[in-house]
Amino acid sequence: MQEYVLLMVGAALVNNVILARFLGLCSFMGVTTRVDTAIGMGLATTFVITVSSMGNWAIEGYLLEPYGLGYLRTVTFILVIAGAVQFTEMTVRKISPPLFQMLGIYLPLITTNCAVLGVALIMVETKLSFIAATLFAFASSLGYSLVMVIFAGLRERLALSEVPRLFAGPPIGFIVASLLALAFLGFSGINTN
Amino acid sequence: MLLAVGSLTAIGLGLGGLLGVAGRLLAVEENPLEAELQALLPGSQCGQCGFVGCAQAAAALARGEAAVTLCPPGGKAVAEQLAKRLGVRVDLSAHTKRVPAYAQIVEELCIGCTRCLKECSVDGIVGANKLMHTVVSEVCHGCGKCAAVCPTNAIRMIEIPDTLATWHWPKPDAAALSRSRRSHLESGMTPA
Repeated sequence: MQEYVLLMVGAALVNNVILARFLGLCSFMGVTTRVDTAIGMGLATTFVITVSSMGNWAIEGYLLEPYGLGYLRTVTFILVIAGAVQFTEMTVRKISPPLFQMLGIYLPLITTNCAVLGVALIMVETKLSFIAATLFAFASSLGYSLVMVIFAGLRERLALSEVPRLFAGPPIGFIVASLLALAFLGFSGINTN
Repeated sequence: MLLAVGSLTAIGLGLGGLLGVAGRLLAVEENPLEAELQALLPGSQCGQCGFVGCAQAAAALARGEAAVTLCPPGGKAVAEQLAKRLGVRVDLSAHTKRVPAYAQIVEELCIGCTRCLKECSVDGIVGANKLMHTVVSEVCHGCGKCAAVCPTNAIRMIEIPDTLATWHWPKPDAAALSRSRRSHLESGMTPA
């Protein structure tokens, strides 16, 4: 039990997908202008990462490894991810058309969000059991959503504050992101082994 | 080799089948009228109707929340087509003032601020910072947004003259329209 908790804390905070592994940065900068879009994107990505990781774990364990098809890993993983994203897109469109409009191109782009493939590949490399792998993927995506929401909140405040003209817009966004990454560096003091 | 091809094909087919089923279950009902109306609109997303873009305007039209005369760049022709498609009668007497126009930049007044450039929804203005801008008249659809933002009033809207390049044989439908346009040109009104 304790190892699962440590695994989840490690995946969500210590080795945060965005701020420690630097994956999924395009959606990190792209859809964090408002908190509700960031929450929507976080939920969609959480779903995709968790579902596709479960599928990928099964494919890796029962197909790719026993039959020595390791070279097909990237292609098959992307195939599964694309399927999951397509399903998410249909669901979001059905459930919440405004969210579908707000996420726009970033919703189908979850397919190429490196965080999704990255989590799957890390999960495979560390050879986790099925439950551990699912929890790892879920915690990683929770960490992703957490950072998205924090950053969106910061940017909503930034939009209202007076920023020197040179730094207005994306530049101050990147500076804030780096400060946030520094703050998250503090979590690396936690020993999760 | 066979195993690799076979397994990828199987995964693809399986996922495709699942998505097909999900697509049936989660189908979103769309009003086919919206797509039809959107095809009638100019599609330049100029936003003069007050909606974000032509898709939103078409949706409002389909719901009956907007007047068919909402589209300034489309002018009388689009209003007539929309009215025909929606089966509503519309008084177009107020619309006869509008003729196809394009923007022209008065070169002596242009200060090269690039504001019109950013405003143009069809990328019809060429220019750079502190350099004179010019309008590509073939692209310009005469929405007049650039004229509204110009700080020196250097942009004016010019009626498209009947030249060999712009004149077409009138279609039976458009004949009435072009007659009214010509009579309007003769009366010498300026576009809005």
